[in-house]
Amino acid sequence: MTDPIIKFDKVGKSYGSLKVLDGLDFEVKRGEKVTIIGPSGSGKSTVLRVLMTLETINDGVVYVGNEPLWHEQRNGALVPAGEQHLRKMRQQLGMVFQQFNLFPHMTVRRNIAEAPVKVLGLSRQDANQRAEELLEMVGLADQANKYPHQLSGGQQQRVGIARALAMRPKVMLFDEPTSALDPELVGEVLNVIARLASEHDLTMLLVTHEMRFAREVSDRVCFFDKGQMKEQGTPDELFTAPKEQRTRDFLKAVLNG
Amino acid sequence: MAWTEYLTPLLQGAWVTVQLTVYSTIFGAILSFAFGIGKLSPNWLIKAVSVGYIEIFRGTSLLVQLFWLYFALPVAGQAIGLDLRLPPVVAGVLALSLNIGAYGAEVVRGAIQAVQKSQYEAARALNFTPRQALFGVALPQAIPEMMPPFGNLAVQNLKDTALVSLISLGDLAFRAEQLRNFTQDSTTIFTLVLFMYFGMALVLTALMKMLERFVGRWRHASN
Amino acid sequence: MLFGIEWDTSNELIFAWSILPILLIGLWVTIQATVLGFVVALVLGLILAVLKGAPSRIISWPANVICEFIRDTPLLIQLFFLYYVLPEYGLVLPAFMTGALALGLQYSAYTSEVYRAGLQAIGRDQREAARALNFPSAHTFTHVLLPQAIPRIIPAMGNYLVSIMKDVPVLSVVTVLEMLNVAKIIGDRTFDYMVPLSMVGGLYLIMTLVASAGVRLLDTRLPKQGLPLK
Repeated sequence: MTDPIIKFDKVGKSYGSLKVLDGLDFEVKRGEKVTIIGPSGSGKSTVLRVLMTLETINDGVVYVGNEPLWHEQRNGALVPAGEQHLRKMRQQLGMVFQQFNLFPHMTVRRNIAEAPVKVLGLSRQDANQRAEELLEMVGLADQANKYPHQLSGGQQQRVGIARALAMRPKVMLFDEPTSALDPELVGEVLNVIARLASEHDLTMLLVTHEMRFAREVSDRVCFFDKGQMKEQGTPDELFTAPKEQRTRDFLKAVLNG
Repeated sequence: MAWTEYLTPLLQGAWVTVQLTVYSTIFGAILSFAFGIGKLSPNWLIKAVSVGYIEIFRGTSLLVQLFWLYFALPVAGQAIGLDLRLPPVVAGVLALSLNIGAYGAEVVRGAIQAVQKSQYEAARALNFTPRQALFGVALPQAIPEMMPPFGNLAVQNLKDTALVSLISLGDLAFRAEQLRNFTQDSTTIFTLVLFMYFGMALVLTALMKMLERFVGRWRHASN
Repeated sequence: MLFGIEWDTSNELIFAWSILPILLIGLWVTIQATVLGFVVALVLGLILAVLKGAPSRIISWPANVICEFIRDTPLLIQLFFLYYVLPEYGLVLPAFMTGALALGLQYSAYTSEVYRAGLQAIGRDQREAARALNFPSAHTFTHVLLPQAIPRIIPAMGNYLVSIMKDVPVLSVVTVLEMLNVAKIIGDRTFDYMVPLSMVGGLYLIMTLVASAGVRLLDTRLPKQGLPLK
């Protein structure tokens, strides 16, 4: 199947008078690893949040796996989606947050196992097993009984990744996963994401400021500015020979800073 | 009468006070959660009823509420042909529960609203239903925040039980007034009674502190 | 007959209308008791706060215990205590005064806490600046700390004013003719408690809303940095 797994078709979103997404056309192919870069306010986080159904859209249609996300087909017409439809679509997506957003009142294991039990209907036993396998994968097998506040930021974010993966999504969204971390802790999280990228054919959409990492991991890098995608290309293309002036300005500022 | 002879009737009254406090605090807590969550409901009817309940029982005097339930309700009952005479115990516990439930509801509401929005986002991202998010994610984080104000409300409730003596319910305050009438020994009796309430309040505060620690035990987990 | 009036309880609305004037008289007593109780609470609370904050433990510790004691014991018992015990030691006050005193005493425990929190929130810098300028302590307190504390404590104090108003009916046990007492007497005589008590409830709701709105208004009117001193 060569249809894109994600497609933004002339999508617009505004907060009052502020246009955050402006007639955005954007696609991601199955299994692709795409990084979005750009200045703050360019709409890059909004793209992820719209996909994760945390934000609505004002114009256009978002497709996930060929079906509209925020709309549903009713009698041949597109109407705003009801909660049932959103829940069905949400199954395919998982998100890792900048601030981790772990549940502080649950142990690490339970943080990961809770949604599989409550949403997917797994038995507590099966969910715990899945949790432990994922903890093993992110290198935190011995922290299963700890509470989030007992862990470092890097450890918490790795738990966040495991928690999202536990739902077996087709698309993983990373919203500035290392921006809230102390510099020494960034590496351990990036390693996990890199391994995820190389070992799985998961579709990954990443928003980050870590340019070197973006270069290593991505199949394609997109530069966003003022709610539109201004330029895209392979990491080599974009980083060494950007076509747009705005892209050049941004990269110069970020890479020299 | 020597003051030691006062102890028996007073302790009997104190036992009634304890029971009143326990029942009304528990019922009050149930009402607090029901209407505190109700006030946050997207359903306008539930929300309206919750707001109405909270405003009425916080906006009027407890004694007025008590007297209304005990004296006025039967009158209304007569008019519609129902026997709505409440025994003092029922009127007392009901009034106390409704009153503290309204104050507690605001505490519950505030604590739930104080849970960070990002927690709801994480829950939504994992496809929890709004109800699952409320009960599994928000409430467990909100409850430890509610405990200090709940502790104060519990002690307030204990003090408020004294008012049921005014509808002839045999609690500590009632026994005190009874004894005073009989012996005219005001100073001793009331001093004794004040200390008894103080003692009960201290015990109640200690219990609430223990509950507070129990409910927040995930916060205290250390490496 | 009560207060020299024959009452017609046949029609609810006529009855309600006819007792309204008397209830309003009771309301006036309620308001007076509230204000007087509040003033006593403000004054006693300030004294208590100063004592609790005293550097010497001999003063602060008993003050703290007394404050806790007042907080944790019922208003009703405190009222009985003052009403029956004070005369035995030669102090005979009118019931209204005793009631206001009891209210003020009970709430002084709460207002002292508000003072303490409000003063603490101002911060050490102000005190240090005042000391550097060699202000005597009392002057620092009245001209530097207090004017800044007052806007901060208005919301909390306002809430306690409303709470005091809701506790005034307790005074009925020592024969103070506040609103609830009046309503109950009407009910005793006419056997219709529903109308008077419901009206009292309604009047309380109105009073609470008005008082709360008044406190909010005062809160917005006062400059946040402190009362202006020219």
